[in-house]
Amino acid sequence: MKSMLTLATAAAALTVVSAAQAEDMTIVSWGGAYSASQQKAYHDPYMAMHPDVTIINDESSAEAVAKLRAMSEAGNVTWDVVDVVAADAIRLCDEGLAMEIDPDTMLAPAPDGTPASKDFGDLLVSECFIPQIVYSTTFGYRTDVAEWGGKTPEDICAVFDTDTFPGKRSLEKRPINNVEWALLCDGVAPEDVYDVLSTPEGVDKALAKLATIKDDVVWWSAGAETPQRLADGEVVIGSTYNGRLFSVIEEQKQPVAMLWDWQVFDLDGWIIPAGLPEARLKRALDYIYFATDTQRLADQAKYISYGPARKSSAPLVGKHAELGIEMAPHMPTDPKNAVHTLLYNYEWWADNRDDLDAKFQAWLAN
Amino acid sequence: MSDTTAQSGPMLAADGTPLKVSLARALRRQKLRALMLIAPLFLFIVITFLAPIGDMLFRSVENAIVPDTLPETVAVLADWDASSEEAPGEDVFTALHADLLIAAEEKTHTRLGSRLNYEMPGISSLFRKSGRKVDDMTPGNYKEQFIAIDKDWGNVDVWRTIKRFSGDYTAGYFLASIDAKIGHDGFEFVDEDQRIYLFLLWRTIVLSVAITLTCTILGYPVAWILANLPLRYSNLLMILVLLPFWTSLLVRTSAWIVLLQQQGVINDTLVAIGLVDDLNRLELMHNQTGTIIAMTHILLPFMILPLYSVMKTVSPSYVRAAKSLGANDWTAFWKVYFPNTVPGIGAGAVLVFILAIGYYITPELVGGTSGIFISNRIAYHISSSLNWGLAAALGVVLLSMILILYWVYDKIVGIDNVKLG
Repeated sequence: MKSMLTLATAAAALTVVSAAQAEDMTIVSWGGAYSASQQKAYHDPYMAMHPDVTIINDESSAEAVAKLRAMSEAGNVTWDVVDVVAADAIRLCDEGLAMEIDPDTMLAPAPDGTPASKDFGDLLVSECFIPQIVYSTTFGYRTDVAEWGGKTPEDICAVFDTDTFPGKRSLEKRPINNVEWALLCDGVAPEDVYDVLSTPEGVDKALAKLATIKDDVVWWSAGAETPQRLADGEVVIGSTYNGRLFSVIEEQKQPVAMLWDWQVFDLDGWIIPAGLPEARLKRALDYIYFATDTQRLADQAKYISYGPARKSSAPLVGKHAELGIEMAPHMPTDPKNAVHTLLYNYEWWADNRDDLDAKFQAWLAN
Repeated sequence: MSDTTAQSGPMLAADGTPLKVSLARALRRQKLRALMLIAPLFLFIVITFLAPIGDMLFRSVENAIVPDTLPETVAVLADWDASSEEAPGEDVFTALHADLLIAAEEKTHTRLGSRLNYEMPGISSLFRKSGRKVDDMTPGNYKEQFIAIDKDWGNVDVWRTIKRFSGDYTAGYFLASIDAKIGHDGFEFVDEDQRIYLFLLWRTIVLSVAITLTCTILGYPVAWILANLPLRYSNLLMILVLLPFWTSLLVRTSAWIVLLQQQGVINDTLVAIGLVDDLNRLELMHNQTGTIIAMTHILLPFMILPLYSVMKTVSPSYVRAAKSLGANDWTAFWKVYFPNTVPGIGAGAVLVFILAIGYYITPELVGGTSGIFISNRIAYHISSSLNWGLAAALGVVLLSMILILYWVYDKIVGIDNVKLG
C-alpha cells in the first residue's frame, strides 16, 4: 500500500515537473495563408529559441470578440495572444476584455533605438492594441472583359459606372467602406466624408448612390468570396483585402488586376486577454516582444503582401519567399499604390457602426 | 343484482390494507425508481441546456450595468424631468463625476458606453473620452467641465437615454426586436428606413414554409419508392439519401454555389444546349431561389426518413383490399394509402420547419440579400456587435413564434398524429 502511494506521489510529481517544462501557449489567428505567414515569421523562430514552449494555433479570430467575452464571463480564458483587427481591439478594450499595453516598456524599440511608441506612431489606435500589419480593402477587376472595349478602370468611381464598365460587382455586405466610396463618387470631398455621414441626409445620400448599382451587386461576407468570384468570372470587379487579390493575381495567375484608388487602410494586430495568470502573462508578453520587433514584422511580408506596421520595418521588406518577386510594389503602403487612400476612422465607426449597420441591412433587405 | 352491491366494501389486499392504498404504494415505488433512472439525464439537460439557455434569454431584459456603474447619478437623475428641454443641473453632474471616477478606475465606463451606444450612437466615445479626463477635473463646477470635455453632455437626448435605461430591467431589447422603441412620447416604431426585424421574421417563416413544402413534394415519392422496392435495391437507394446527410453542411452549400452561380454548371449547360442566352444567364443564387434550392436539398433527409419509416408500416394489403373493392389507382392511393402516411408527413414537416427557421450559414452563403433569415441578424449581434441583449430578445421572439406555430399545428393536425415510424 505504502509503495503504491509513493509511486502515485512520484507520478504526480513527475507530471508537475513535465508540465513546468513543456509550456503551451495558445495563439489565436485567422487561419489560411495569413496564419501560415505568422507560423513561418514568428512561431517557428520563437519555438526554436524556446524549445520548452509549444505554440497551439487556434483559428478563431473571426469570432474572437464573442468568444473572449464568453470565456471571460465563464472565468476561464484559455487564449494567450489573440490576433484581431483594430476595430475589434477597440471593442475588446472598451469591454475590459483586453489588457492595456505600454508600448515603450512592453515592446521592442527599433534597431536605431527609437521607442516603440514612435516607431508604431499613429497606428497605436487603442490602449490595448499592438499593430502588426497594415492591410487595405481595395478593388480588383478582370482584365479580359470584352464589353469594356479595351478600357480599364482608373479610379474608384468606375465601380459606380455601369455604362462604361458593365457587369456584376462584388461588395462587402456591411456599410463600412462602401458608404465612404459612395460619397467620394458622389462629389463629397475626402476630408468631409465623415461629417457628411454623421447626418441622416448624408447616410441617405450614400445609400442612394449605392442604390444606383444595387441590381449589379453580389454581396460578400467572407474575404475569400470576391477572389473566387473574380476567378470564376462571376463578377468583373470587386472589393476585398489586398492580400487576397495578390494571391489571385501572382500565385494563381488569374487575369485580374488591382485598382488601388481610394483603398481603405486598416490595421490588424495582437491583443492580450485581460486577467491572465502571472506565468502565462509573462510568456505572452515575451512572445509579443519578440514577434513585433522590427525584423519579425519585415519577415512576415516575405510570405504575404501586407505592410509591416513599424516604420523601421519598411526598408527591410524583401522578396517573396517562394515566388521570388519583390514585395514592396505589392504593399498597400507603396507610394505608387497609395496615391489616394482613406484611413479607416475608428472612433467614428465605433460610435456609429451598429446604427448604420441597421440602416444598411434594412436598405439591403427591402 | 342487489346482493353484489351489498358485498362491495373496500377491496382488501392479502395483508388487509385496502387494495387502492397498496396499489398506490407499489406504483409510487415504481415511479420513484423510474425517476431515479432518468435523473442523470434530466440533471444533465438542466445543467448543460436549460440553465444556459435561460441565462441567455434573461439577458433580453437585464440592464443592471447602468445602475451598477452609475449608482449615484441614477439616483439623482430620478428627480430630473425628462420632458424638460434642459440638461440636468449641477447635482447630477457632481454625482456623475463621483461615479465616473470609480468607473474609470475599474474600466467599466467604456462597457457602459458600449451598452448605451446601442440606444444612441455617439455615447460610446462620449464615455471613453470622459473617462480619460475625469481624473484631471477640479472640484466644483462639474457641469461646465463635463460640457467642456464634450458638448454632448449638454445634450438633453443623452440624459433622456441614460434616464430611460436606468432601471435594473429594460423592455428596450424586446422593443428593438420588433422595430419599436420608447420615444419621447412613449411607444413608437422606429423610422421606416431602419425597420428590419419584423420583416425578416415574416420572411423567415414564409421561406421556411416554402422549404417544408418543397421537401414534402420531393421527398414523398422518394420515400414511397424506398418503402416499396425490394430490400436489395432500397438499401442502395437509402445510401444515396443518407450520403449527403453525412457530408458537411459547408461542403454541400459550396457545391450548390458551384452549380448555381451564373458561370456555374447549370447555367453553362443551359447555354450549351441553347436554352438560355449567354448574355442573360439565370440568377439562381444570391436570392430566395438559391436559399430554397440549397436548403431543400440539405433538409430533404429529415423529410424522407420519417416518411419512409411510416410508409414501411402501411400494410400493402390495405391498398390491395381497396382495389379489390373496386377503387381505381388514384382513389386507392388518396383514400387509403395517403391518410395512413399523414403522421409521417407531420413528423417530417415539423422537423424540417423547425430546422429551417433557425438556419443561417446556408442563407448567408447563397441567399444574397433577399434570401437571408432572421438568424443571420442574431448571429451578427452575438459575434459582431456584441449586443447580446438584442440577440437574446430576437431569440425569444423566434422561440415563441415556433411555440405558437407548434400549438397551431397541434390544434389543426394534432400532435399525437405525428409518428417517426
